[in-house]
Amino acid sequence: MLRNTVVDWPLAIIALALSAFGVAMVYSAGQTDIPTFVAGLYKSQAIWLLIGIGCAWAIGNSSVRMIEWATWPAYILSIGLLALTLVIGSGGGSMAAHEKSWIAIGGHRLGQPSELAKITVTLMLAKVLAERREGPKSLLDLWKPAIVVGIPWVLIMLQPDLGSGLAFIGIFFGMLFWSGVPWPLLLLLASPVVSLVLSFSTGLWGAWFLILIALVLWYKPYLIEGIVLMVLNVATGVVAPLLWEKLKPYQQNRLKVFLDPSADPRASGYHVIQSKIAIGSGGLWGNGFTLGTQKRSGFLPEQHTDFIFSVVGEELGFIGVAVALALFLALFLRITKIAARANDSFGGLAAFGLMSCWLIHVLINVGMTLNLMPITGIPLPFFSYGGSFMLASWLGVGILLRISGEGRGHAGALLS
Amino acid sequence: MASLGVAVLLVALASAFFNAQVLEHDHYKLQSQENRLRAIPLPAPRGIIYDRAGNIIAENLPGYSVSLLPPSADSLRAALKQLGTVITLTPDQIEQAVRRYRRDPNRPTVIISDASIDVISVLEEHRINFPRLIIQSIPKRFYPDGPAVASFVGYTGEITDADLNTPQFDGYKPGQLIGKGGLEKEYEKELRGTEGVRYDEVDARGRLVRQAGERMDLSPEPAQPLYTNIDLDLQRFTASIFGDSLQGALVALDPQTGGVLALYSAPSYDVNRFTGGIPADYWKQLLTDDRRPLVNKAIQGRYPPGSTFKLATAVTGLEGGIVSLDSHMPEPCTGGFQYGSRYFHCWKKEGHGDIDLSQAIEKSCDVYFYQLGLKIGLSRLIAGGVSLQLRDKTGIDLPEEKRALWPYAVDYYNKTYGARGWSNAVVLNLAIGQGEDAQTVVNMAKFYAALATDGRAPTPFVARHAPVKEQVFKLTPEQMDGLRKALAGVVQAGGTAASAQIQGVVLAGKTGTAQTGKFVNGVEQNHAWFVGFAPADHPKIVVAVMIEFGGHGGRAAHVASSVISHYLKVVPVSSQLQTEG
Repeated sequence: MLRNTVVDWPLAIIALALSAFGVAMVYSAGQTDIPTFVAGLYKSQAIWLLIGIGCAWAIGNSSVRMIEWATWPAYILSIGLLALTLVIGSGGGSMAAHEKSWIAIGGHRLGQPSELAKITVTLMLAKVLAERREGPKSLLDLWKPAIVVGIPWVLIMLQPDLGSGLAFIGIFFGMLFWSGVPWPLLLLLASPVVSLVLSFSTGLWGAWFLILIALVLWYKPYLIEGIVLMVLNVATGVVAPLLWEKLKPYQQNRLKVFLDPSADPRASGYHVIQSKIAIGSGGLWGNGFTLGTQKRSGFLPEQHTDFIFSVVGEELGFIGVAVALALFLALFLRITKIAARANDSFGGLAAFGLMSCWLIHVLINVGMTLNLMPITGIPLPFFSYGGSFMLASWLGVGILLRISGEGRGHAGALLS
Repeated sequence: MASLGVAVLLVALASAFFNAQVLEHDHYKLQSQENRLRAIPLPAPRGIIYDRAGNIIAENLPGYSVSLLPPSADSLRAALKQLGTVITLTPDQIEQAVRRYRRDPNRPTVIISDASIDVISVLEEHRINFPRLIIQSIPKRFYPDGPAVASFVGYTGEITDADLNTPQFDGYKPGQLIGKGGLEKEYEKELRGTEGVRYDEVDARGRLVRQAGERMDLSPEPAQPLYTNIDLDLQRFTASIFGDSLQGALVALDPQTGGVLALYSAPSYDVNRFTGGIPADYWKQLLTDDRRPLVNKAIQGRYPPGSTFKLATAVTGLEGGIVSLDSHMPEPCTGGFQYGSRYFHCWKKEGHGDIDLSQAIEKSCDVYFYQLGLKIGLSRLIAGGVSLQLRDKTGIDLPEEKRALWPYAVDYYNKTYGARGWSNAVVLNLAIGQGEDAQTVVNMAKFYAALATDGRAPTPFVARHAPVKEQVFKLTPEQMDGLRKALAGVVQAGGTAASAQIQGVVLAGKTGTAQTGKFVNGVEQNHAWFVGFAPADHPKIVVAVMIEFGGHGGRAAHVASSVISHYLKVVPVSSQLQTEG
């Protein structure tokens, strides 16, 4: 145990500032003209924050080796809980209400295993990628990390929780990038997904296919990889329309509404339109804390969970939005620094993985409030109401504090 | 590199917010207000309609309307069902409300446009259960004289879907009231006023949260009053004369200006029952009544004018220089006239002997006019009627006026019956106001107004309006005087309407009897006409009366003389009217 490390105060202060901001917004989200259950939620959010800080303090006083040692059992536990969720899970209270993402006992919801899995999968990936002396250079080299992410990803997509699934893909690519995988390889890896998206337009897909061929010829992967890639791209291009048919109507609607929110203003598009109105009406300075009229009158949906950032936009204006995004940027830059100065590759990968996870959450969640991203029911770290999410976020902060504490040069030096 | 990428992404995100919150702020601000604020329309009071003396014909009383602000058609039905447990709602009212909602979902859906105070007090009691309910005090149209003024004032009712689709009602909203007939319709633009608006704040489920600030409200602007030429006292008197037993119509004009002093169609209906939706049973009763109360007989009913039309024949003859007032016809009246193979009767079997035009008018001698018609000739007689505006609308300021029927030319007969399907004998019928001739009461009044003055026919106006007159007679003042004297003779002893004399006033006019072909107990039920004016030397009033199935024209003359003497504040010589009525 290394108890004498210096606390990374910048990281701690940024995380605390974001969390305090978040709890305040959960409080504001409850301030509606016609009171709902949301009114009292800020209290439990604050309690979960305190619990989270406690856990972070505990982890901060452990060691990176201990964290690495605990990775295997924690990963197995996460997979087990995810599997259990599929059997006994229930829908959540957010945009993901149709999905089985909660573990509940006797009607008492205990939490979303996917939140824990985001941390453990990051750690497990860090562990697997750190075992290699040099970064993966071919697609075949990626089978191990692919399995580490693939198993929980499939379990989560079966719920189905599209948002968390995207978060896993973000973690995966972020960490591969950090481990030194060349970007053309990452692009090739992502190519089937691009094919999937572009398959709705034959012309676009054809153009993409030409680019892909050029990429393959230039990067020259193994022959078998090249063939598999091409086959996969053709398959997804053909399969995508069939897959579309298999999506639940509400999922289809969400994707359609992302493309054109006014297509269905009363139903699925309603959320996005109301959110944009709330944010836009906030102006530069906002309507004032707790005074957002869209929110107060109940036009803003899920104002305490997925659309909490719309409340920030409406009540605190562009200034509030800028402050929140600046805090997130500070957090991400700080973590990137921690990753760069980590003592070993496990710590660095773990730190960058957590950063990737939060970044994708912020990009999708905040982007969704302005219809820049599809509505996927992904929460905003430190802001969205949710006990297990707050706890998981602070577990991540704890891990980062520890990695930073053991990093090259003590944390105090990082202040400069 | 990683840090730069993250920074770029977040700055891009921030710039999207900058765009929405700062650059497009106004657009979203407006949307958020539209979102939260429901415009509750405040109907404007319609313009008050006054008679010529400042008496009220139409006014506004306080009424109540009940509306809902539903978020969807389904929730509207649910709310109506719930309302139905407290007050009585007919299936018809429910369907109508759903239709109104579909037409304009953002406007409060009117459920009951004219709710009784009982319904309102029940609803106020249960208000807490209906957060989307809007109870409004609204001006409600009231006509103090109800049935007496129904013929010209019209009524108001909710705008129909068909109306909303016409450009004429551009800017109107479902649930609004519009004029549906008479003055209310004709002067809709003037009487409408400007709707006000109150902004109430609602939440996402459409529940009223609070009234927005006063600043947002816009008071309704009442319309300017409409002043009319109607003499309400005369109008009431006319209605009382017709009573329940007589059916027909009366139009009284000021011959100098064309101002409509009274206009009545009998039987009438209670126009106040039309306000706020016509009760279905009352509507059905009016529709099925074979006395046709819903037809405005003064401007829409077309009747053969009978002998009242002989003046038109006389004017045409005089204008063409074919006769003068003292001209005699080749054959004296012996009670009939042989033309070709047919024998045409005079109404008086004993005959009138050898008389001149003045006497023929006074005595209404058919034989004289048969021969005058032949002398004028069909073509000129028809052309004369056309130039005397006897196949026109009068242009009265009331909607749905019908045009009088009269051939446009000889060609009419060729077209209608074939070139050989008719004989020149039609001219005999036309000359005495029978045949292809059907006049509205108002058109006869207009024609006689020209006769009563200087030959200029005034356009009848119910509302106060600068006189519009057109010279239709081309006669000398002496000829006009002669015609008036002859008409005055009609109402003297020995004339056809001698019993309609008025003490101290010379009444000029002409009776008419129009065959209907409808027989009761073997007696033909003819329409009775009287068109006249008084005083004969300086006419102040022209009255056209038509009594459906009223027998001889003398009966209509009684009505006319009563109305004229009431207007001129004098007493009729004969009191026969009361006993006959």
